[in-house]
Amino acid sequence: MSDSAIVVEGLHKRYGEVEALAGIDLEVSPGTVFGLLGPNGAGKTTAIRILATVLLPDGGRAEVLGHDVVRDADAVRRRIGLAGQFAAVDPNLTGRENLRLVGLLSQMPRSEIPPRADELLRRFDLAEAADRPLRTYSGGMRRRLDIAASLVPRPPVLFLDEPTTGLDLTSRNELWEMIHELVRDGTTVLLTTQYLEEADRLAGRVAVVDEGRVIANDTPDRLKSQLGSTVVEMGIRGDGRSEQAFGLLSGRIDGRVEREGDVLRITSDQGAHVLVEVLRTLEGVSLEPDTLTVREPSLDDVFLALTGHHAENVVADEAEATGDAA
Amino acid sequence: MTSTPVSIPLDTARDRRIPFGAVRDTMAIAQRNLIAYIRVPQLLVFSTIQPVIFVLMFRYVFGGAIDTGDIPYVDYLMPGIFVQTVVFGAIAAAIGLATDVKSGLMERFHALPMARSAVLTGRTIADLSRNVLVVILMMVVGFLVGWRIHTNVLALIGAAMLVLLFGYAMSWIFATLGLAVRDPESAQAAAFPVLAPLVFASSAFVRPETMPGWLQVFAENQPVSATASAVRALTIGGPTADYVWQAIAWCVGILLVFAPIAVRLYRRAV
Repeated sequence: MSDSAIVVEGLHKRYGEVEALAGIDLEVSPGTVFGLLGPNGAGKTTAIRILATVLLPDGGRAEVLGHDVVRDADAVRRRIGLAGQFAAVDPNLTGRENLRLVGLLSQMPRSEIPPRADELLRRFDLAEAADRPLRTYSGGMRRRLDIAASLVPRPPVLFLDEPTTGLDLTSRNELWEMIHELVRDGTTVLLTTQYLEEADRLAGRVAVVDEGRVIANDTPDRLKSQLGSTVVEMGIRGDGRSEQAFGLLSGRIDGRVEREGDVLRITSDQGAHVLVEVLRTLEGVSLEPDTLTVREPSLDDVFLALTGHHAENVVADEAEATGDAA
Repeated sequence: MTSTPVSIPLDTARDRRIPFGAVRDTMAIAQRNLIAYIRVPQLLVFSTIQPVIFVLMFRYVFGGAIDTGDIPYVDYLMPGIFVQTVVFGAIAAAIGLATDVKSGLMERFHALPMARSAVLTGRTIADLSRNVLVVILMMVVGFLVGWRIHTNVLALIGAAMLVLLFGYAMSWIFATLGLAVRDPESAQAAAFPVLAPLVFASSAFVRPETMPGWLQVFAENQPVSATASAVRALTIGGPTADYVWQAIAWCVGILLVFAPIAVRLYRRAV
């Protein structure tokens, strides 16, 4: 048995003509959070579904806590929790009934289910709504209940597919805190996200997935340091003005300068300094920008750096090809 | 849970099996589907009000124009109504399962260590329980509009059991349909072309002898007619054995064909 909680080797999956997974390798250490970062259609959900025994792979193998996801699926199911992209809960049941159903189907002893349900309802701030049918819940409440449901049998391994999609800021922060708590208690978490910020905040290690392949696998810090921690984006309108600014700034600035039409993008580790330097340089020659954005690097920036193409292009191509399958 | 970070706990306790776990899983699913009938009024309305309207319509509107020889039309009609009711009611399995696929609930079930059979058996058992109530209700409605039993209570109970068995077999046909189309609206749309010929081109409401020859062949050799004839034999009297065995054979045949297909579709239904 390996020391890793999750081992993935050469995992393949194809839907008709589309190769959703083109050979993925991963190892996740117990008690850590591992992030799969990539745009829609990259293969993240397919990977999670195979690991959660919902989908059969076409090739390669995967183990969860030493149990093969194909040959030993029942043992895997007894050790995992899964919260998919959509709140997979019964709208006709109350919150409490939903958790009870999952407890029963998780083969928990009957007597252990009510206290566990109470505990989770409190923890997810759903105690007041516990006995109302889910039809009366808001989207965020359903999402919270969905994640609570995945935790009913206290799974040592948890799969979260874009857990914060559709959550408001407060709920998102609470969920992040909850994931930290779970990991402190020894849970291993594999999550997918489209947001670099989320991967950065939660994951000890991140695999960047593109078109069914892992194109980078590192700590968030090292991924970001490849990129620079700040992105400055400026729109400079007018004939040739952005070219002129590009020429002035490239080479002179401590960071990477790119130009796309009227937009200049500067990626750097020295955010504040670079911003001041850039503006001073441009002001000296009356090339003040018309628009200015300072932000953290996004998934798109990671993609641009790693693949040379925008994540959005991938989204468009793949969404067409795979529909909701990926 | 004991917290042992950075090492895999050897928790074989997680593999311990609950006695009769598959039964418990099935009952949990059945209960969940029955709760939906209580909480979603239109589901119950569809399975109760609609057949009552059929009784009133055929008894008082069309009935006078339908010739059933020596038998009073209401005695001919009610067995057909019972069968029609459980066929229409079986659509719930198609819509329910398609909804579960679409909502992602099926994905959750697939990732749980539950009996693989429980989602389908639980669903069909819930519909069977609903049918018990609906059949009793329809019998009461029948008695109120003048339906009479010409045999005995035992035969009536036998007739009710046969209707329930037929309804159970139909649940598996519609479960298969729901898992095949994977979308509740499509399931509803796809169900009608299946059930309309079965229910209306049958002996349920009119005698097949009144239909054109080619249709008669179909109407006399299909499960709705077989079951309606058996229920008639059990409630009106006359020779029953042939009709009853034929109806049971249809039910068993349907289950043998559709249950394996439904199970296979369920396994890949995510």
